[in-house]
Amino acid sequence: MAGTGDFWLSVAFSLLRIIGGFLTACIAGVLLAALSARFKYVEQFLAPFMLTVKAVPVASFVILILIWVSSKNLSIIISFLIVLPVIYTNAKNGIASCDRQLLEMAQVFRISPARKIRYIYISQIMPFFRAGCSISLGLCWKSGVAAEVIGIPQNSIGENLYNAKIYLDTPDLFAWTVVIIIISLMFEKLFIFLLDRGIRRLERI
Amino acid sequence: MEITIKHLFKSFGTHTVLHDLNACIPAGQVTWVSAPSGKGKTTLLRILMGLETADSGEITGLDGQKQSVVFQEDRLCENLSTLSNIKLPSPQLQNQTIEEALDKVGLGAYAHCPVSECSGGMKRRVAILRALLADYDILFLDEPFKGLDADTKALVMADTKERSHGKTVILVTHEPAEAEALGAAYTIAL
Repeated sequence: MAGTGDFWLSVAFSLLRIIGGFLTACIAGVLLAALSARFKYVEQFLAPFMLTVKAVPVASFVILILIWVSSKNLSIIISFLIVLPVIYTNAKNGIASCDRQLLEMAQVFRISPARKIRYIYISQIMPFFRAGCSISLGLCWKSGVAAEVIGIPQNSIGENLYNAKIYLDTPDLFAWTVVIIIISLMFEKLFIFLLDRGIRRLERI
Repeated sequence: MEITIKHLFKSFGTHTVLHDLNACIPAGQVTWVSAPSGKGKTTLLRILMGLETADSGEITGLDGQKQSVVFQEDRLCENLSTLSNIKLPSPQLQNQTIEEALDKVGLGAYAHCPVSECSGGMKRRVAILRALLADYDILFLDEPFKGLDADTKALVMADTKERSHGKTVILVTHEPAEAEALGAAYTIAL
């Protein structure tokens, strides 16, 4: 299977979209968590939205989104929606658990907001963010591929899984499942490695 | 510029900590704040640093003054090195200056050691150096030498006195010897 161009095309198609949704959700989740921590009304405004996103089944989202968006970009939106509440909640908890004593120290020394974020907040939020990424990376692959199976975009992993289902091609189904697991694990390891390295570099004064 | 405190009141619930405190803290001198435990020494410092709000009263002489502090706790970033912790509030400091200062208090070999790997006494010295090397007009010292052995304490006190010379220092301690060693000229008894 790996020897064909179609295989790599499908992998690239799904990988780019699912990871695109994941990364966008990471950025949005952290920014919204920061805004929620700063402004209570933002948290109150976002609470019902996050709760709804968490509670609504992936299949309902997929069908709803298919009404407005082409199936090609479906997995981006679905992985975004699945990852966003996880990253948002974890980042918010990380900010809330920031060491008050360090923040007071920064206040007295008049440490600039940029340095405060870089050297105090990031290291305190990191364990929460890292855990959130670890959980949501698995979730975004599950939901992203499920969305593709329903939306059947051309040259996607989901389309291959769908074909395996309708042709009762069990070996293909297992093979694609293994491919998803391998890509998901490899990306998780790579992402966490790069994240840790980036943070170490960022914290260097 | 001297700091003037007039009719300062502070309570936590029904517990009054500061009751009609009036004091004058001269500029460029060491002032010792002395009182038994729980009588509001740290609260007074926190009010002066802007970390706590007084219930009533007036404080003048703090506007535009750069502050530096050694808290009762070390309040260091555990993931950063001793050098980076000192540099955090003072990015303009040269590494060599910090290394020399660390060397002077017996931490020369630990400049690049993460604070999480340092002992309590080492962390204390880093917290003190962070405050002393920062750019400040007023230095707040809240039980700064707690947890240091006699020799290290003598070394660090001498360094503190030298580096804070001519600056306004407000020292909270239970040890009259520490106030004497720093050359405290004034006392506020709560």
